Amino acid sequence: MVRDLSTTLCDVELDNPVVPASGTFGFGAEMADIYDINCLGSISVKGTTREARFGNPTPRIAECSSGLINSVGLQNPGIDTVISHELPHLRKIFRKPIIANISGFSIEEYVECCSKIDKEEQVEIIEVNVSCPNVHNGGMAFGTSAESAAAVTAAVKAVTTKPVFIKLSPNVTDIVSIARACEEAGADGLTLINTMLGMRIDIARRRPVIANKMGGFSGRAIFPIAVRMVYQVANACHIPIMGCGGVATAEDVIEMMMAGASAVQVGAENLRNPFACKQIIDSLPEVMERLGIERLRDIIGVVK
Amino acid sequence: MKQVVFEVISNRQLTDSVYQMELAGNTEAITAPGQFVELSVEGLFLRRPISVCNYDDGKLTLIYKVVGKGTKQMAELSVGAKIDTLTGLGNGFNDSIECNAPLLVGGGVGVPPLYRLARNLIAKGKSVTVVLGFNTASEIFYKEEFETLGANVVVATADGSYGIKGFVTDAIKEADIKSDLFYSCGPLPMLKALCSTLDIDGQISLEERMGCGFGICMGCSIQTASGAKRVCKEGPVFGKEEILW
Repeated sequence: MVRDLSTTLCDVELDNPVVPASGTFGFGAEMADIYDINCLGSISVKGTTREARFGNPTPRIAECSSGLINSVGLQNPGIDTVISHELPHLRKIFRKPIIANISGFSIEEYVECCSKIDKEEQVEIIEVNVSCPNVHNGGMAFGTSAESAAAVTAAVKAVTTKPVFIKLSPNVTDIVSIARACEEAGADGLTLINTMLGMRIDIARRRPVIANKMGGFSGRAIFPIAVRMVYQVANACHIPIMGCGGVATAEDVIEMMMAGASAVQVGAENLRNPFACKQIIDSLPEVMERLGIERLRDIIGVVK
Repeated sequence: MKQVVFEVISNRQLTDSVYQMELAGNTEAITAPGQFVELSVEGLFLRRPISVCNYDDGKLTLIYKVVGKGTKQMAELSVGAKIDTLTGLGNGFNDSIECNAPLLVGGGVGVPPLYRLARNLIAKGKSVTVVLGFNTASEIFYKEEFETLGANVVVATADGSYGIKGFVTDAIKEADIKSDLFYSCGPLPMLKALCSTLDIDGQISLEERMGCGFGICMGCSIQTASGAKRVCKEGPVFGKEEILW
C-alpha cells in the first residue's frame, strides 16, 4: 500500500511533514551539497533580522547529555541580503515552498522584515521567532508574555498576506495562555518549541562553558517537553502547529503529530547527523505500515 | 563532505595524553592537508572534530589529545571498532603557494595537521623546516616522523628539558631559520606571537568549539578582515592577514 505522507499547513500543501528547523540548516546550500534536499516537506531557513548580525562571542556551543546548548545569537546577513542572495540561490536548489524565519528587537523591526519577506514568491509561510533566548532586549522577551506576543502577531499580520506562524518559547509558566493570545491576535499557526534556556559550567576552570554564560538547550533531551507543550496547545487552540524539539526519528514525527502537530521540525539532530531529515522521511512509510497508519494527516491530534 | 564508517586498525599512546589512531576506510573526500574529520562517539550528542594527520588511499591517521569524555572514549577503542565519521571537512592548507623554504610551526596537539603538509611540500621539492613546540620533553611526539620525511626539525620546550628552551618564536630566532612562507597550528597565543614576529606570509589553522562541523549552525564563527567566517567551513585555515587579533 502507498502511504500518504502529505500534510497541510493552512493552505500550504507539503509532500511530507518533515521540515528542518531554523538555524540548523542554513539556507540549504551546504546540505544540498550532500543530498537532494527536495525530499524535504519544506525548510525553515536561518532566522533573519533587519540588520546583519555577527551574533555572540565564542564559545557558542556546549555539549550536554542528549543535546547541546547554543548561543549563536541570530547570526545572519540581514533581511536585504537574504532576499538578494540567499533566497535566489535557495530557489535554484529547492523547488518547494519555504518558511522564512524572522526575528527582531522591536515590533517595528518585525514589521519591516515581515513585510519585505512577504513579497518573496517562494516564501509560503512566515515564521516569527519571538523565542530566541540568545539575544537581549528582543527575541524571547516578546514570547514570554501573552501581551507582547500578541502585539507582535497583530503588527505582523497587518503587513503580510501569507500565513504567519509564531514560534513560541518553552521558557514560560503557561504556554497555553501565550498560544491563545497569538491565535486571538490573528496568528495562522504556531511553531513550538524553541530552545530551553540552559547553562553548563566548566568545573576545572570555574566558569561558564558558553561565552554568553547561558544559551538555548535543544536536542533529544527536550522531546518530551515539546510533545507535552504541543499537546497542551493543540487542545486549546484551533490553528495548525509545527511541532519542534528533540525530534530525531520517524517515530518521533508520528508521536509529535499524534500530540497535535500538522508538521514537524527537526533541529539539533541535523548538527550531529546531516542526513537526519532524509533518513526520517525515508523511514516514515515503513513505520506507518508497522503502526497501521495509511494517511499521516489522519493521526494529527488523535491523542486526547 | 562524505559520511564513511571507518574501522580502527591501530590506536596507540604516543605520550601521556596524546594518541595516534589509524583507520581503514574511504578517504576520497579529503583533498588537502589541514582538513578535519568528525567522529561520532557512543553516548555523546555532538561529533568530535579531529584534524587529519595523514591520509592515503583507504587509510587515515589521526592524532588526538585526551581532554574530555569524547577523546577518552576514543582512546579506549580497540582494533576493529567501527566509527561513523564525516570526512573531508574544512578547507585545509594551500600547499601550492609560491615559496622556496616553507616553515611549519606546530604547538602541542597542533602538530598533527602539519605532517601531511610537510609531506606534500617535500614532495614538491621544497626545503621544509619544522619547528615543534611542547611544554616538556615527555610531551614530544612525531619528531622522528618529520625527520623521516626529510624535514629539518627544530624542537622547543617551554621548560628547556629538550631542544631549545622557550617558545617556538624563541626557537625560530635562536636557530636563525630563514623562510619565505610559514604555516602553523597550535594554541592561539602561539599563533598570535608568530603572526606578529614573522614578517612573511603565513597560513594558520584555528580551533573553535563546533556544533555541526559542516557549516550550518554558525557555532564556530569568527570575525575576519573580510567579514564573518565559519572556522569549520571557510576555515580552519586562514591567511595571516585575515585574522583580527
